Amino acid sequence: MPYNLMHLLPEIFLLTAGCVILLVDVFSKDLDRNLTYRLTQLALLATAIICMVQFPSVQYHLYERHFILDPMAGIIKISVIFLAMLALLFARPYILPRRILRGEYYLLHLFAVLGMMVLVSGGSLLTLYLGLELLSLSLYALVAMQRHSYRAAEAAVKYFVMGAIASGFLLYGMSLVYGVTQHIHLTDIANYIATNDASLTLRFGLVFIVVAIGFKFGAVPFQMWVPDVYDGAPTSTTAFLSSAPKVAAFGFMVRIFAYGFIGALVDWQGLLIILACLSMLIGNIVALVQNNLKRLLAYSAIAHMGYFLLGALTGTSEGFAASFFYILAYSIMSLGGFGCLIYLGKGVEDVKNLDQLKGLGRSNPWGGLLISVLFLSMAGLPPFIGFWAKLEVFLAVLNAGFVWLAVFAAVMSIIGLFYYLKVVKVIFFDESEKEEKIVAVRGLRLGLGITSLSVVALGLFPGKLMQLCAQAFEYL
Amino acid sequence: MTVESIVFYVFATLTVVGALGVISMKNAVQAVLCLVLTFFSAAALWMLLEAEFLAVTLVLVYVGAVMVLFLFVVMMLDVDYASLRAGFSKYLPLGVITALALFGAIYWVIRSQVLGEIPEPAKNSADYSNVTVLGRLLYTDYFYAFEIAGVILLVAIIAAISLTFRGRRERRGQSVPLQHQTMREERLKIVSMESGRRQDAHLKPKKTSSKKEAPKDGVAKKSSSKKEPSKNKQDEAEKSEGKGS
Repeated sequence: MPYNLMHLLPEIFLLTAGCVILLVDVFSKDLDRNLTYRLTQLALLATAIICMVQFPSVQYHLYERHFILDPMAGIIKISVIFLAMLALLFARPYILPRRILRGEYYLLHLFAVLGMMVLVSGGSLLTLYLGLELLSLSLYALVAMQRHSYRAAEAAVKYFVMGAIASGFLLYGMSLVYGVTQHIHLTDIANYIATNDASLTLRFGLVFIVVAIGFKFGAVPFQMWVPDVYDGAPTSTTAFLSSAPKVAAFGFMVRIFAYGFIGALVDWQGLLIILACLSMLIGNIVALVQNNLKRLLAYSAIAHMGYFLLGALTGTSEGFAASFFYILAYSIMSLGGFGCLIYLGKGVEDVKNLDQLKGLGRSNPWGGLLISVLFLSMAGLPPFIGFWAKLEVFLAVLNAGFVWLAVFAAVMSIIGLFYYLKVVKVIFFDESEKEEKIVAVRGLRLGLGITSLSVVALGLFPGKLMQLCAQAFEYL
Repeated sequence: MTVESIVFYVFATLTVVGALGVISMKNAVQAVLCLVLTFFSAAALWMLLEAEFLAVTLVLVYVGAVMVLFLFVVMMLDVDYASLRAGFSKYLPLGVITALALFGAIYWVIRSQVLGEIPEPAKNSADYSNVTVLGRLLYTDYFYAFEIAGVILLVAIIAAISLTFRGRRERRGQSVPLQHQTMREERLKIVSMESGRRQDAHLKPKKTSSKKEAPKDGVAKKSSSKKEPSKNKQDEAEKSEGKGS
């Protein structure tokens, strides 16, 4: 029976564009790879336009229910594409002086975006796993791209080995679930759980799947790869790694928990509570003593994943919408945060320590202001978007009845305030040790401006985005 | 005890023995060969389950391609396995306890729930063909998953090449036919110069001029081999300078 492939048009276009750009890159004689970069941005923009034109108003289950097309998938795809475009904007001035300049660097972003799009639309365990693997494989290569650096190679090996183990756990859990339910499609699994009791084997398989999801987010106790990979990888890769794949992993989590295993809520809710509490605790407390900026942002990422899981663990559509808003806000802030680090780096030297930020407010007030906006937003202070994100998540948890969890999260959030404010203080209230002016390329300033502006603008007018997130979960 | 169960037990034992051999062998090449034994036995088990296409594919792809690559790497890299395994016996008790705990948990779960309730899968008819069924499904119902799997392979190729390719090594080679085709005019330039006093005339006794003529021809013949023109001129100038006395 012939299938209508029009619904797959964004993915088909992106794949074709990727292959064409690969060939163009091979025969291009430009050492700066300008053509590859521009074609990649153009391909991403065109895919985003196709996604917007084909934005679905109802939920479709297509191609033997392997492919789900619904508003949530549409929003995640568009946001992932824009995050990738921003990340490429930051990446270009970073990789030029460091001689990581190969066209494949841009191409792997394209394939990672394709993996994310497949992951978010997955309707069966098979397509979910395939999308996740496509995304992960591109990310492993991106982390390892700076092959002359020992730290990048170490980070890549750690990320690859732990990612492979997590994928192994995921497959084992999926095989157990298949063995019990004899279905791989998410709606069939949901029907099975609704009509039969969740047996012990099914719950056992679910635990393995939760472990894999916890790894992908970097939630405690699976967070060991996060500081080393964030620190060792080239900063532009870290910026991409900490933003777009997390949004896609959220889509993956929603598909598994909200569409497949919603009947087994009591089973995975307890697990997610433990993950969230431990992440907030460990992430905030260890970040207090960090001097290295990238590790500080890595541990703050772990803490943010704790807050983010709070919304998801309620299992209500309000909770999922709050988590969705949180992960979108966090990805913009994180991209901007690592973009700041790229902006501050001079030549081939990375900005590593907190001390190097001293006196930034005086020598470069505009840059200092942007960085402070991003860090204050991550701390959850109004009027930035981070405040609304935390508020929504806390409200969802309170409405679900977990008062102690909300109190615990608020206390952890106050503890976390310290290291963000420490950075702002160092920027504005400390004397600089050396007088150096930062000169940044236009692309970096544009990218940094976009992220900071969106943080402020969405913080002042969060309504539209929140409404969009709520709309995505009408079909739950 | 049917023939089928005997075959099953034999190959299942071989699989377990091979897997244990992989992790316990000291010699790396022997460990890889144990892994090959494991894969062969697993292929035989799949054959028992009437998945003959998958069994053959396992042997062809896993053993034929992946294990051969493993062997290449193991044989080419001179890894000091003795030092890598130094901490093995220290962590052995902890590893054994963890493995037994995990195995016990999985066994308890599966044994208590699944085994004993699910009957054996029914045998297919004689004209059942695993290849036909797989082919029919893979290109119609599961085409989306199939295409994505292809893209994953493409990304693996891109990643491997972009991480390891170091460009064509620039080597200076000789092209003998090109050398034979050279002409005297491209190699030699005869310059007429004034001769002056020899630099070491105060050291050596004066020689007759006829002896100095012959070496000049020898020098000219030597310079017809592959040399850059500037070097030629330098040689020529050097010789004629030394000659002028």
